[in-house]
Amino acid sequence: MIGSAVHTKGLCKVFGSVKALDGVSLDVDHGEIYGLIGPDASGKTTLFRILTTLMLPDSGIATVCGADVKEHYRKIRSLAGYMPGRFSLYPDLSVEENLNFFASLFGVRVSDNFDMIKPIYDQIAPFKDRRSANLSGGMKQKLALCCALIHRPEILFLDEPTTGVDAVSRCEFWDILGEIRRAGMPIVVSTPYMDEASRCDRLSLINGGKILETGTLDAILERNRIPMLAVRGENNYSTLQMLRGVDGVEEAFLFGEYIHVFARHTLDADELRKLPGILEVRQIKPDIEDVFIKIMGNGN
Amino acid sequence: MKKSFLAFIRKEFLHIVRDPRTMLIALLIPVVQMVLFGFAISMEVNDVEVMVAAPKITPAIEAKVSQIAHNPYITFKGYIPAADVDKAISTNRTMAVVVFSPDYDITRESQVVVDASNPVTAQSSSGYLTRILADAGLRFQPGVTILYNPRLKSGYNFVPGIMGLIFMLICAMLTSVSIVKEKETGTMEVLLVSPLRPVMIVIAKIIPYFCLAAVDLILILLISRYALDVPLSGSMVALVAISLVYIILALALGLFVSTVVDSQMAALLISGMVFIIPVIMLSGMIFPVENMPVVLQWISNIVPARWYIPAMRKIMIEGLGFGYVCKELVVLIVMAVALTAISIKRFKIRLQ
Amino acid sequence: MEIDEVITAENLTKRFGNFTAVDAISFHVKRGEIFGFLGANGAGKSTAMRMLCGLSLPTSGKAAVAGYDIATESEKVKRHIGYMSQRFSLYDELTVRQNISLFAGIYGLGRKEISERCDALARELDFSAQMDVPVSVLPLGQQQKLAFSVATIHRPEVVFLDEPTGGVDPITRRRFWELIYRTAESGTAVFVTTHYMDEAEYCRRVSIMVDGKIKAMGTPSELKKKFDAADMDEVFRRLARNAQRQ
Repeated sequence: MIGSAVHTKGLCKVFGSVKALDGVSLDVDHGEIYGLIGPDASGKTTLFRILTTLMLPDSGIATVCGADVKEHYRKIRSLAGYMPGRFSLYPDLSVEENLNFFASLFGVRVSDNFDMIKPIYDQIAPFKDRRSANLSGGMKQKLALCCALIHRPEILFLDEPTTGVDAVSRCEFWDILGEIRRAGMPIVVSTPYMDEASRCDRLSLINGGKILETGTLDAILERNRIPMLAVRGENNYSTLQMLRGVDGVEEAFLFGEYIHVFARHTLDADELRKLPGILEVRQIKPDIEDVFIKIMGNGN
Repeated sequence: MKKSFLAFIRKEFLHIVRDPRTMLIALLIPVVQMVLFGFAISMEVNDVEVMVAAPKITPAIEAKVSQIAHNPYITFKGYIPAADVDKAISTNRTMAVVVFSPDYDITRESQVVVDASNPVTAQSSSGYLTRILADAGLRFQPGVTILYNPRLKSGYNFVPGIMGLIFMLICAMLTSVSIVKEKETGTMEVLLVSPLRPVMIVIAKIIPYFCLAAVDLILILLISRYALDVPLSGSMVALVAISLVYIILALALGLFVSTVVDSQMAALLISGMVFIIPVIMLSGMIFPVENMPVVLQWISNIVPARWYIPAMRKIMIEGLGFGYVCKELVVLIVMAVALTAISIKRFKIRLQ
Repeated sequence: MEIDEVITAENLTKRFGNFTAVDAISFHVKRGEIFGFLGANGAGKSTAMRMLCGLSLPTSGKAAVAGYDIATESEKVKRHIGYMSQRFSLYDELTVRQNISLFAGIYGLGRKEISERCDALARELDFSAQMDVPVSVLPLGQQQKLAFSVATIHRPEVVFLDEPTGGVDPITRRRFWELIYRTAESGTAVFVTTHYMDEAEYCRRVSIMVDGKIKAMGTPSELKKKFDAADMDEVFRRLARNAQRQ
């Protein structure tokens, strides 16, 4: 195959006074898991809807497997697998009935492509007669994935597949995606969880309809090396207030048991240690969430 | 693609069969309405309570009173003094009082006092009474022969009205709700992102409700014929043909609603307010169109039931054939074709 | 009444038929403590929280919230707790001020107190310019802060937060946790149920529920050390992987 699995340039979409997408350009290669990482209302879903031909962009171009989303929307509809934000299943149909329906919707039988979904389906097979309304979040997610895969699509779009699902199921789900990718299928997946960035081959950070950063996780972290300190105090809330008054502290945020301090170069860790109520100060590498905050802050 | 289409229809039937509410609306409501309107709710006025006030009871008066007392629709409740007439009515002791003048034997003067807090009963009872009191000495006694519904049973009149209502309910309301439900649960996104053409999605969603409506048509006809004794004397072909056109029209309306709204709640409200109420108020089902203000008569022209219900009356009760309902049929077909075209065009191939 | 432990649960149990949703859990939450109540979907978190809020009776065992027995004094319990769910439970079409007054009124605050709290909140949350705009036009982060402030407007002993920060951007989330810390600082205990492990890291102490039982409890660093895990996600996965319930 020639060209990118997905190619967009300058995509814009406006709803009323809200710019849902503001000049989004990206390229997804064949055989990679491409993550779109950003909070709610950052434009992820709009981008998916444009790529799956459910919406037209106001301006800009987008192609999926070489097909233009506007001109060749029928072609995309037959070659893409799509799992929308809410697990779009029929709650009053059983697991098996849902799967059969989505298979025949694409003109295939479940048995035609069963090898495609077998490892996933085996996990939910014991419940095949259960109505999908009565499945747990993790199982709904797996069933929805089976339904999106059953016609052996050439590319898979997953909009927030791990939202509302517990950590164990999330982890299993990413393992499954790894398997699918190994078979060569490109996967575009969105998530609001920064910690899932490490499971993507490449990713874009997205906020306010704009792409903030694109690349592999390591490349993004490398490009955004910010001097950072992790500080722990006797009382993190009062320590935080104090740190914000310290010269050389650009910004400080609570982060779990620590306070992450975005430091200016003038900040001396030893000076901080001398302040009252401080138990621990150490140099850390910023993680993807810190980077996101930093870039978001620059944008504002 | 044919297999996808069939699978879709099968899925749609599963939705209907598994949802007790849909089944209830589709199958129980027609039966309940037929029975309610046919037997329980009656526009005929029976048991009119009547008292008589007369200063003295002469043979002429006695003869009239006995006529009153023997009338099958009237219950004679006795004599009262003329001074108590107002009180007897205001305390609900009686619905009407006949007051005979003191010199009735000569003047034949009498008065009927009726409680008009319910205008329908007031009108009928004063009608009954004036008919009885009318002077037998009149030379022309109008002879009235009632055609088509000789027993003046109101049930006859309601069957066409109920049909107009039920098909609107099942087709417009249930279809719009079922399509909008797919938007709400997000399954519409997956359907649109499939190779199945959007127009096929629409048709597949509509067919099961068409079948349901057809079942209801049979049900209503059976109940009319065998439980309500409606003669069904006209052309059966015309009856079924017009009903099917009306059903298609109602389905198109449901589809149209689903293209306008995004929530099941809104779909219900719109089909309830905009479709069901006009069927009841503006179609001639209860209030004759001819008696409406001119503006409402104009408006009633765009209410499909305004054409469907009179056509059904002509066929079911008057026993007429195709020739007499041409106008109605043509209007309904034009409406159905136009609405179907608009709705399918409006049903977008994308989300917005 | 000053009490040191605002939630005490002893063998708290809830059965539905022969299904034990919550299986004899025991724990204590101190004044001003931020307590994370973690578990997978269906582990029994919501059932337990419903009992603690006085909305459902335990089958056996005992619990007291703010010093009141949840079984016999549930009305008093309700007056001394606050509750905020992920869906914020604000009235979208009312203005910020109207929402504050409404909830303050529900909790029986007087007119003067209400106007004082409105002013105080406007200052603390930087809402001064937005007091009279409908809630629906506020950004998500602002709505979240407002929902939390409204849930704590009557200065409850405990506030229950049900997955409070799912889906918001990291800055908003960190700011929100600052607000939670500040509330805890003022003496209100914060009880957070969630299955997002990154929220767990912010808690002073966490418990992890699996199949209706509490399988681990302690500070995040204690648990990470105990299970030799890099983060809470890993701790949780180790515990929940063997869960029976689906």
